[in-house]
Amino acid sequence: MKILVAVKRVVDYNVKVRPKADGSDVDIDNAKKAINPFCEIAVEEAVRLKEKGIASEIVVVSMGTKQSQEQIRTAMALGADRGILVETDVELQPLAVSKCLQKLVEKENPELVILGKQSIDGDNNQTGQMLGALTGMPQGTFASEVAIADGKVAVTREIDGGLQTVSLSLPAIVTTDLRLNEPRYATLPNIMKAKKKPLETISPDDLGVAVEPRVKTLKVEPPATREAGVKVGSVAELVEKLKNEAKVI
Amino acid sequence: MSILVVAEHDNGSIKGATLNTIAAAQKLGGDIDVLVAGSDCQGAAQAAASIAGVAKVKVADNAAYGHQLAENTAKLIAEVGKEYGYILAPATTTGKNVMPRAGALLDVQPISDIIAVESENVFKRPIYAGNVIATVESSDAIKVITVRTTAFDPVAAEGGSAEVVTLDAAHDEGKSSFVGEELAESDRPELTAADIVISGGRGMQNGDNFELLYKVADKLGAAVGASRAAVDAGFVPNDMQVGQTGKIVAPNLYVAVGISGAIQHLAGMKDSKTIVAINKDEEAPIFQVADYGLVADLFEALPELEQSV
Repeated sequence: MKILVAVKRVVDYNVKVRPKADGSDVDIDNAKKAINPFCEIAVEEAVRLKEKGIASEIVVVSMGTKQSQEQIRTAMALGADRGILVETDVELQPLAVSKCLQKLVEKENPELVILGKQSIDGDNNQTGQMLGALTGMPQGTFASEVAIADGKVAVTREIDGGLQTVSLSLPAIVTTDLRLNEPRYATLPNIMKAKKKPLETISPDDLGVAVEPRVKTLKVEPPATREAGVKVGSVAELVEKLKNEAKVI
Repeated sequence: MSILVVAEHDNGSIKGATLNTIAAAQKLGGDIDVLVAGSDCQGAAQAAASIAGVAKVKVADNAAYGHQLAENTAKLIAEVGKEYGYILAPATTTGKNVMPRAGALLDVQPISDIIAVESENVFKRPIYAGNVIATVESSDAIKVITVRTTAFDPVAAEGGSAEVVTLDAAHDEGKSSFVGEELAESDRPELTAADIVISGGRGMQNGDNFELLYKVADKLGAAVGASRAAVDAGFVPNDMQVGQTGKIVAPNLYVAVGISGAIQHLAGMKDSKTIVAINKDEEAPIFQVADYGLVADLFEALPELEQSV
């Protein structure tokens, strides 16, 4: 089967992001960028399915500026076969991304689409579900286990309170949760090989998708800061303060 | 503008998160209807009808909605919701699963996890793991929104007498089915609703040592949480995880034990009223957000804490 994997270029998860002084945007121009951690897990799952002989081809797609090529190359170094970049300078929101993905799904006809459950910049947790609506494909979100057999995929999902397993007919969409797998590292020889793998660049116009944002960011600001706390010397002092000062116990 | 709130329920009763979502809906102004989609869910529908401030309860009682499978439920929400100005649901795993799908069916860009309503089109929501608060304006005719429940005080579960309307819509897409579930059993309060939460991290060293936390928790009537490090190390099940990728909590008192305080964890608990950190590393970042910090070995501090509360 063919698997389509979507990856997003985001600020590295170790970077502490701050708003710009004028509140117009976040200050990330010079911050280190990487594949969104949940997308890395999506690539890893696709590669494992290929290693098991279930997947035959892995197509990785990313959307955004030209620099997103780097993340596609990384995914190819991890085992994806070819890449598609939907290049645009417009800020893409999940609705626009899912519309572009819908067109690519029509073109590529994958049997499985794997995405991360959310990107760590926008924290939206929407794209996979929206792609499901647009394509009519069933969705297995927040997956911690994926098993494919007899034209169906069984997805164990992390839900509030525990785990739930659903069975989906293929083609289907899976979004990854953290515990699905532990992504591998790209080796130097594979990074070199990835440079030779095919990478096609297209635009949202080529796909016939209007990508203008529907939601406008008016401003960004830091969260309310907490007042500096105090260090206490003993458990007794802690309990006394919680009872008499904070009055929370 | 009329508002539709999608109820979170277990068919028999309404979950608390729905009450917080109705509170957020009240800030928009307008009649609030509640949609209960489930199987054999008359109990939940009756409970929804008695929530204060609800105008009408719409019930879709059909096997197709039994486990709120996204494929079927999103169709229903989009169909019922197209007559409304707003569709709201709590930002729980159920809400996050189904609402974006409903949003796309309506050709709407949903807004996730709002923490404040500024005006009828403007909302605040955290981005970048809570390090930045964005104020966003929606231009969509129907606003599809999930609500961070800890940011809104719940409305009263009693005192209302809404009319209950039965819907005969039955969308069965036939592409997905429920196989089973494994729910973690606990007598302690639910993490996201608890007044006091006590969490353990990698410093707990193993799962057995969580017993020390449980003892303190039971004395305080607290829920027990964990950091991602503790979950990944297999000390406790993952539904106990507090953080950006786990649960978001905002109790009156949050006690972090053996937790360093990574950004990811802070995103899940930094809106707690009072934060206590117990850690032997005095440089741990958790002390920067803690109201009360105790630099101590948790294996000595926890038994002493249990004795003195």
